[in-house]
Amino acid sequence: MAAKPDLMPGTLDLLILKTLTRSPMHGYGIALSIKRLSDEILTVEEGSLYPALQRLLLKGWVRAEWKLTETNRRARYYTLTAAGRKQLGIELSEYEQLITAIGRVLESA
Amino acid sequence: MESVAGLIRKLQLLLHRQRFNRELEEELAFHREQVEQELRDDGMTMEDAHSLASRRLGNDTRWKEEAHDVIGFTLESVARDVRYAFRQLRKNAGFATTVVVILALGIGAITAIFSAVNPILFKPLPYPQANRVVMIWERQRDGSRRFDCFGTFHGVQKRTRSFDALAAMKAWQPTLVGKTQPERFEGQRVTTDYFRALGVEPVLGRNFEAADDQHKGPNVVILSDGVWRRRFGSNPSIVGQQVTLDGDPFTVIGIMPAGFENVLAPAAELWAPLQYDPSLPPLSREWGHHLNIVGRLRPGVSRQQANSELDVILGILGQMYATGYNESGGVPAGMLVNSLQSDVTGDVRPALLTVLGAVGLVLLIACVNVTNLLVARGVQRSGEFAMRAALGASRKRLTRQLLTESLLLAIIAGALGMFVAELGVRALRALGAPGLPRMNAIAVDGAVFAFALAVTALVGVVVGLIPALQTNRGDLNLALHKCTRVGTSHQTMRRALVVAEVALALVLLVSAGLLLRSLQRLFAVDPGFDGSHLLTMQVQESGHYYDNDANRLQFFKNALEAVGAVPGVVAADFTSQLPLSGDYDVYGVQFEGDNSAEEGGNRYAVSPGYIETMRIPLRRGRLLNERDTTSAPTAVLISESFAKRKYGTQDPIGRRVRMGPDAGQPDKPWATIVGVVGDVKQQSLAVAVEDAFYVPTTQWPWADEVLSLVVRTRGDAAVLAPAVRNAIWSVDKDQPIVRVATMESLLTVSEAQRRFTLIVLEAFALVGLVLAATGIFGVLSGGVSERTREIGIRSALGASRRDILTMVLHQGMKLAAFGVVVGLVGAALASKTLVTLLYGVSRMDPVTYLGVIGLLLAVAAVACWLPASRAARVDPAITLRAE
Repeated sequence: MAAKPDLMPGTLDLLILKTLTRSPMHGYGIALSIKRLSDEILTVEEGSLYPALQRLLLKGWVRAEWKLTETNRRARYYTLTAAGRKQLGIELSEYEQLITAIGRVLESA
Repeated sequence: MESVAGLIRKLQLLLHRQRFNRELEEELAFHREQVEQELRDDGMTMEDAHSLASRRLGNDTRWKEEAHDVIGFTLESVARDVRYAFRQLRKNAGFATTVVVILALGIGAITAIFSAVNPILFKPLPYPQANRVVMIWERQRDGSRRFDCFGTFHGVQKRTRSFDALAAMKAWQPTLVGKTQPERFEGQRVTTDYFRALGVEPVLGRNFEAADDQHKGPNVVILSDGVWRRRFGSNPSIVGQQVTLDGDPFTVIGIMPAGFENVLAPAAELWAPLQYDPSLPPLSREWGHHLNIVGRLRPGVSRQQANSELDVILGILGQMYATGYNESGGVPAGMLVNSLQSDVTGDVRPALLTVLGAVGLVLLIACVNVTNLLVARGVQRSGEFAMRAALGASRKRLTRQLLTESLLLAIIAGALGMFVAELGVRALRALGAPGLPRMNAIAVDGAVFAFALAVTALVGVVVGLIPALQTNRGDLNLALHKCTRVGTSHQTMRRALVVAEVALALVLLVSAGLLLRSLQRLFAVDPGFDGSHLLTMQVQESGHYYDNDANRLQFFKNALEAVGAVPGVVAADFTSQLPLSGDYDVYGVQFEGDNSAEEGGNRYAVSPGYIETMRIPLRRGRLLNERDTTSAPTAVLISESFAKRKYGTQDPIGRRVRMGPDAGQPDKPWATIVGVVGDVKQQSLAVAVEDAFYVPTTQWPWADEVLSLVVRTRGDAAVLAPAVRNAIWSVDKDQPIVRVATMESLLTVSEAQRRFTLIVLEAFALVGLVLAATGIFGVLSGGVSERTREIGIRSALGASRRDILTMVLHQGMKLAAFGVVVGLVGAALASKTLVTLLYGVSRMDPVTYLGVIGLLLAVAAVACWLPASRAARVDPAITLRAE
């Protein structure tokens, strides 16, 4: 198996929040979505996904509710809250600043 | 920082913890299924998919723990620490028990003592605005205080503007003659505003009014709740009815509430108006100094302001009533206004603070011991801790773990300590701590519990912190290699502990030693009479038959004859005041040819044989005898030091004096000094000699109605008490007999406070000595044992046993000596608070100091020598291999 690049610290929350902008999703769905959208480069470890979701829940950025899947299985769906949407904005702009800054350093070097 | 909302969500999660777990499990199971499904979709078999998914997802428990960590509180990890600590302590039950017992004794003792001291020293008295209640005394020229006379009270009350209420009082012992034996009550005669000054009201009936406290006014009485319940079955209709006291009918006008605590006379159960004569006739009881005044300051008036106002008023009174004052020892120099609190507790304050200090020292010693035990264990466990640190436990975590362990010990010890405290308080109450005010208020209460808890927590933190620091500073590598070469910081710690133990023990033992020597000196003091085989009791006359002097004298004369006939009685006599019994009866004496102010002296109106019965030595002249009767010229004996002070080397025999009401009255006849007798201690063995004079009862201007009987017996004095009592009752069965005691017990009781302090202090000193000795032993021998390897190497290199012993002893004794020096400084400071309790011993008494130093150094020497000689005896090969 190819070595997978580590997620930059703090980016997992950002990815989860971004993923949830489209629709409410369960944990597995979030992991799958991130994997697919990143062309299988980013794999979210289950061991960090669920603690991260708990953290987001506690901060009030996502909301959780039990729903039935298309296959009629009970699953916990996470929905972005208004606070979460605001937080996503903040984290996105921080992320862009960071990337720009890193880009500048790399270009000049 | 967490947001408030986040905190609330956490709390919710915690409250619905089972649901949280269930949901998490279901969520994870769902995830697992989806992964399996995915793998099967890729063409795997069911089993392969299952095992691969399991491998990919890993351990469920770990996920759950991580999810828990997100939502969990620090509290939960504390609970884990506590569980772990419990396991640790169970594994080392011996160690844990030792620590808990030592701490429980320390905490229990300090709580018990604090319980006793708290209501006396720190709690306000049980009255509204108690800080405004004051005691007022007459101040003499030398600054000492004197009882007030009614003249002073009356004059002050009419003029002062500083008080809301002002009242005078005196003790009163009325006798209730009933169908059974006469019962004597403790009571008080008080002026109208007594209860108002204290701020209490009767719960039934009414308070005293001005109309009650009139000269020759109505006989009214207020009862305590206790008497009301005991004698009158809580019958509320008793108010308005009459009871018979001393043969007179008294109307009950009120009942005091059950909670009324009368700190001025704790035993008093009946109160009647004082009813002194406001016209203040000269030569009357109105000028006798036997009253106390209590006052309630007006809001906003300070004690100092009140005091200066009273001084001014006294100046006016002194001029107005010069005669009245002069016949009773002169005009006072001024007044003294003391807070009631300090007045009530002032006498016992030094004793109590001493005891409190002693118990504090014991607790400190206990703490040092426990610290030592914990340090020693810390060393034993350094391997364990190094292992945990190597496995990733943070330094903070380990520190917390250690703190948890010692706090847990302290809490268990605290709980046990409360139990010890309860026993201690009971013991103190049983010991009856003589002269201790507010005895009935002593109980383990909330404040004391809080105090104990605080002490416990403090001990936990202090004791816990030191080994925690110790362990953390150690180099992990060294510890992991199980190297027993102990770090220098650890040795420093050991040294500090030895010094602390020795110093604390020295302070404690020196204090106890000084008190012990004081008491020895005190009991070696000659009271001035022979106290052995001497039975004493107070005989009172009650009833109108004794309203005339002749009947009084006759009763006492008959009683003496009856007592003299009792087998085993050598001699029996009466006196108006008994030495060391608390009696205090001073009258003025005017010396012929001396026009300066008259002198005050203790008055003893006695039956003729009193001096012989008491075995007071006769220095000059003759004793009183049967010929000194009512019709004969008055004969008087004066005490040795009184004679020396007034006459120097001249012979006092034949000189003349006027005494008591006759003093300063030119128309009264002189009395003649017929003899000089030895000095007698009246108030206390510790008080310097007081002037005294003796007159026959028949020649004093009035016949006392209360006299003390002294009976010299052949055998044990106490045994004769019932026979003597019955002999008196054979003369008149209605006369109360009280205060029956042998003179030896009076001698003991008169020093009861010092003795009480001593007993408690000795107990603590003993506990302290045992703790300190075991502690010093533990610390020093522990230090030597740790050096077994070093000692082994030294002897392998050729050091003799003697060399090794010398080295160990030298090092140990150096520390002990340093502890002694530190302790000496502490003891010198501590002894300052002891000064008022010492008698005949300097607070720097060399014998005490040297004795204690010698004792402690001996303990230290034994503590070094035993383990050192053991180590030196062992074959070096074995010692070295043991590593």
